[in-house]
Amino acid sequence: MAKEKVQLIVDGKRIDGRTPEETRSIRIEAGILNEADGSAYIEWGGNKIICGVYGPRECIPRHEASPYRSIVKCRYMMSPFASLEEHGRSGPSRRSTELSKVIRETFENLIISERFPNTQIDIFIDVLQASGGTRTASVTAAAVALVNAGIPMKDVVSSVAVGKAGDELIVDLNKEEDNQGQSDVPIAMSHQDRKILLLQMDGLLTRDEIAKMVEMAEKTCDNIYDMQSAALKKIYEKGEDENIEW
Amino acid sequence: MGEETKDIILSYIRRDVMESTLEKGVRFDGRGFDDYRKARVQKSVIKTAEGSALAQIGNTKVLAAVKFDTLTPFPDRPNEGVMITNSEHLPTASPTFEPGPPRENSIEMARVVDRAIRSAECIDVKSFFIEEDKVLGLFLDLYVLDHTGNYTDTANLAATAALTNTQIPKVEDGKIVRGEYAGPLKMDVLPVSTTMVKINGVWLVDPIRDEENVAETALTIGTTEKHVCSMQKDEGSLTKDELLNNIDIAFKSGNQLRNIIKG
Repeated sequence: MAKEKVQLIVDGKRIDGRTPEETRSIRIEAGILNEADGSAYIEWGGNKIICGVYGPRECIPRHEASPYRSIVKCRYMMSPFASLEEHGRSGPSRRSTELSKVIRETFENLIISERFPNTQIDIFIDVLQASGGTRTASVTAAAVALVNAGIPMKDVVSSVAVGKAGDELIVDLNKEEDNQGQSDVPIAMSHQDRKILLLQMDGLLTRDEIAKMVEMAEKTCDNIYDMQSAALKKIYEKGEDENIEW
Repeated sequence: MGEETKDIILSYIRRDVMESTLEKGVRFDGRGFDDYRKARVQKSVIKTAEGSALAQIGNTKVLAAVKFDTLTPFPDRPNEGVMITNSEHLPTASPTFEPGPPRENSIEMARVVDRAIRSAECIDVKSFFIEEDKVLGLFLDLYVLDHTGNYTDTANLAATAALTNTQIPKVEDGKIVRGEYAGPLKMDVLPVSTTMVKINGVWLVDPIRDEENVAETALTIGTTEKHVCSMQKDEGSLTKDELLNNIDIAFKSGNQLRNIIKG
């Protein structure tokens, strides 16, 4: 029922002046929290998200523990002040429950959890400011935080949403494009073996459009991967007592 | 975080049998890889609701019921009615369902079905406008009554069937007159979903519970006659080629399900 009220594409440019395949500005910082085993901060357009990773640590409650692997837990949460509209409700919502699940399932593919039986790995994601594309920004940040925590993974994942607005296929939807555009397809892709690890979609699309969109996402994920690895390298460039600014 | 009761682990022998039959090109229950179990739909099963349908795929049964109420519209869409989808994984339906508030699988099911119907633009929510600050709200409740695998497709089938069976209530002086109707809800587009799982590199349509339990990857694709209207990947990973191939399969089996709704 996403009907366009405003013209989202004028003369090939989007409302924020971007071209269809251009992403918003992205800044990633790794290792920003002092007490977490791994952490990351991401500023992606108007999104501000922190991610902290704890573990592997004792699995609580214990009956959830597995003697075969570490249990991956993920909590995605949006702050009540994260959107321009009314004060949101704190605590889990139906939306955040679903997002926590799909983000967890993204990382269950990557984490070599067999190495840590009877433990759990916690991924905490807090959205402080939201402006469209928080789940993909969260996945991108959580991947950095997990590497920062030294948790062995088979691959690194990067994520971006592709979509359709004004009958054009676009990369990295902002809030207006997400709310009023024709379709939104968040995708996360692993860097080495090019597997789709997160995939959701709403709107109406043809098979050919989806094929094109996956290619666009793949290209963008490559660029995001470079930013993720740059953020991680930066930790080793700083002095022992220096903190990462964020 | 809300991990649900796990299914009993499939015994190694049962798993071996499943995998060796797959190598022969057949499934555990004798179906081909792209075959649905027998599906059927009964409409108008709940007389107290404005629309309802009981869908059955194999032995999985989901009841969908539609009720209307008057509501305040969302501030960003003041002239449009509201659709709210809820699901109930009844503990009677499966040992893995527990009483209490909806768990993540239940919430996810409701949201995936909701997205398919919303994206398909099959309901004219503008016709739900009553007066300023008052619109009709369509409540779609999905009750999983018996779960032997693939409740998502069964729920989507039930939901779409119930909507084709829905009467819009008559509204007088801003109030719903119960038992009197303004006319049937128009449904020109029929969104249905197709769930597929990957086991040992093979993709299977409409998984039974044992297949769901050993699946490496699970993917649900919602289709209308012409478009893909929703996608949701659950566990696992897939390649772009697998995705496109599965979209083709989803259109094919989606059309079978649509024919069942049309009767």
